[in-house]
Amino acid sequence: MARNVSTQRKLVTTVLAWTIGILIFFPILWTFLTSFKTEAQAIASPPAFLFFDWTTENYFEVQSRSDYFKHFMNSVVVSFGSTLLGLLIAIPSAWAMAFSPTKRTKDVLMWMLSTKMMPPVGVLVPMYLIFRNTGLLDTRSGLVMVLTLINLPIIIWMLYTYFKEIPGEILEAARMDGASLAKEIIYVLTPMAIPGIASTLLLNIILAWNEAFWTLNLSAAKAAPLTAFIASYSSPEGLFYAKLSAASTMAIAPILILGWFSQKQLVRGLTFGAVK
Amino acid sequence: MNLRTFLLGTCSAVALAGLAQAETLTIATVNNGDMIRMQKLTDAFTSKNPDIQLEWVTLEENVLRQRVTTDIATKGGQYDIMTIGTYEVPIWAKQGWLLPLDNLGADYDVDDLLPAIRSGLTIDGKLYAAPFYGESSMVMYRKDLFEKAGLTMPEAPTWEFIADAARKITDKNNEIYGICLRGKAGWGENMAFLTATANAFGARWFDENWKPQFDQPEWKNALDFYVKLMNDAGPPGASSNGFNENLSLFQTGKCGMWIDATVAASFVTNPHESTVADKVGFALAPDTGLGKRGNWLWAWNLAIPAGSQKAEAAQKFIAWATGKDYLKLVAEKEGWANVPPGTRTSLYENPEYQKAAPFAKMTLDSINAADPKNPAVKPVPYVGVQFVAIPEFQGLGTAVGQVFSAALAGQMSVDQALASAQQLTTREMTKAGYIK
Repeated sequence: MARNVSTQRKLVTTVLAWTIGILIFFPILWTFLTSFKTEAQAIASPPAFLFFDWTTENYFEVQSRSDYFKHFMNSVVVSFGSTLLGLLIAIPSAWAMAFSPTKRTKDVLMWMLSTKMMPPVGVLVPMYLIFRNTGLLDTRSGLVMVLTLINLPIIIWMLYTYFKEIPGEILEAARMDGASLAKEIIYVLTPMAIPGIASTLLLNIILAWNEAFWTLNLSAAKAAPLTAFIASYSSPEGLFYAKLSAASTMAIAPILILGWFSQKQLVRGLTFGAVK
Repeated sequence: MNLRTFLLGTCSAVALAGLAQAETLTIATVNNGDMIRMQKLTDAFTSKNPDIQLEWVTLEENVLRQRVTTDIATKGGQYDIMTIGTYEVPIWAKQGWLLPLDNLGADYDVDDLLPAIRSGLTIDGKLYAAPFYGESSMVMYRKDLFEKAGLTMPEAPTWEFIADAARKITDKNNEIYGICLRGKAGWGENMAFLTATANAFGARWFDENWKPQFDQPEWKNALDFYVKLMNDAGPPGASSNGFNENLSLFQTGKCGMWIDATVAASFVTNPHESTVADKVGFALAPDTGLGKRGNWLWAWNLAIPAGSQKAEAAQKFIAWATGKDYLKLVAEKEGWANVPPGTRTSLYENPEYQKAAPFAKMTLDSINAADPKNPAVKPVPYVGVQFVAIPEFQGLGTAVGQVFSAALAGQMSVDQALASAQQLTTREMTKAGYIK
């Protein structure tokens, strides 16, 4: 009897998990399907699900109109660059807060998080002026800097929680063996925290890849990443849903593939320390 | 400057033997069919001007507006040419943000620009932006449904006729709705339509002393009429329908009439996109006999930000993109029906264009009938038919649009919506210093 209940429960949870999963994934699937329709089929009512004349013309149209590769490279540079730079700053600071906390550490952490609470548009004009005066407008390095800054609180917070799980005694032992601070962080702490660092890295690449406020507002022609590429296909006067879907599919495909291959790492990192 | 260019040129010639020194113009533009077509045709310009290269930044309208406004207000200098609407031109020109276009060349023929469009772009006698394409609004209707109901659409209908016809055509069981109108909140969405319609009902946003007029009977008539008509003959969920949603409904055969931008004519008559392409008729935007038709006036224009370092090259490009020869070029490559409409008188006199574009005459009549300097029946202190050309209007229009959209959705009564619009507009206008 007991076994019966558990099979039933298993069935229910499986069905529930799949339903939720499909519900969440459905918009992406729909975008993908729409990208292979003609504009007329894209707005047809009732909509066609799978049985329509599949066409790749939207992809050719999108590619002929805008340089996908240029935007793609900008996205890669900006998201990887900002994440790596962020990690370089965040690892030492998370170390400091996790292993030698002071009575102000909690406040500092809270203060850092509070910078995320302001709507970014509130500082758009001052940021724009700083960027203009320093010649950073429409440059990749400018975007790397701003994305590093806005994601830094999250990186530090994530790393801080991972580092907290690592017993301080191990670091102490390394220190007693004569390891310098740099060696302690590089050879002892980092290898132990790899799952945590990896998931922080992946999550931040995804966040930076999808960031659409600063990347749109601080770039023009040269440094524009894929967010600008998508924005050029949306239109309030004209139905270009199929082309917009093709552009969106092209923009999310790389990060989706990266996410797919690293999902184990991501889940392990995110649940790191939860089960003891 | 010349010396510098010369030295730079020499240096690069020595260093990178053979590489020509070119000036790059960065152009910010919207994503619409005519603009995209222009990007494909620019080889004709660059081959004649090998010293000028073009770089495009295409963005969705609202993103573009925010982007270029930030840049011009901070003198960021990211763009050499900006695509801006008739709403921005008078405001920006008064701020001193735009360069007057006084060097468009001898054969540009400024007098050929449609007077209604040109007047909205001219401030203190100077042209501050050149129109790339212009539009008004009109009635698009299904000839087959009208025939079936035994109705004949007059060329210049009244609102009374439109409402009557809409109710007769409506067949909710078969998902046929007599009329589709904008309901989605936004200064460029429902408020563009409602502000223009209110003009035909004798209403206005402000009196001569900038006092909001939503407490006047004209606004009540207009809004009451709109809400009742949409409840009786409109599609379900109309309060979330904007241009695109209505376009989709009309193209799939669910609307008897649609009153919206003239640019929609080329979409609904395109057999690749529309299931009703051969059944569409056109008429002027309706009136109520008070002397004003509720048709708006809009143009996308090219302008140069003040302080631009490349003004000369930029004017050259603008003269090319908005000149007569460009229209001929498009006609040659893509046919007369694809020529950007609504900017030049000579286009409408061209028999080939008249033949290729069945909506040409209606577009011209609609544009000519709009008067942005005298939009309402009563005098007003502002410029603009479907908007009020003051910087505060984007915020105000959207806030008022939200309460009107709520009235359409039945979340509040027409009286409540008007009272709320009056209150919030008075507050904002007092704060902004218009009401002393």
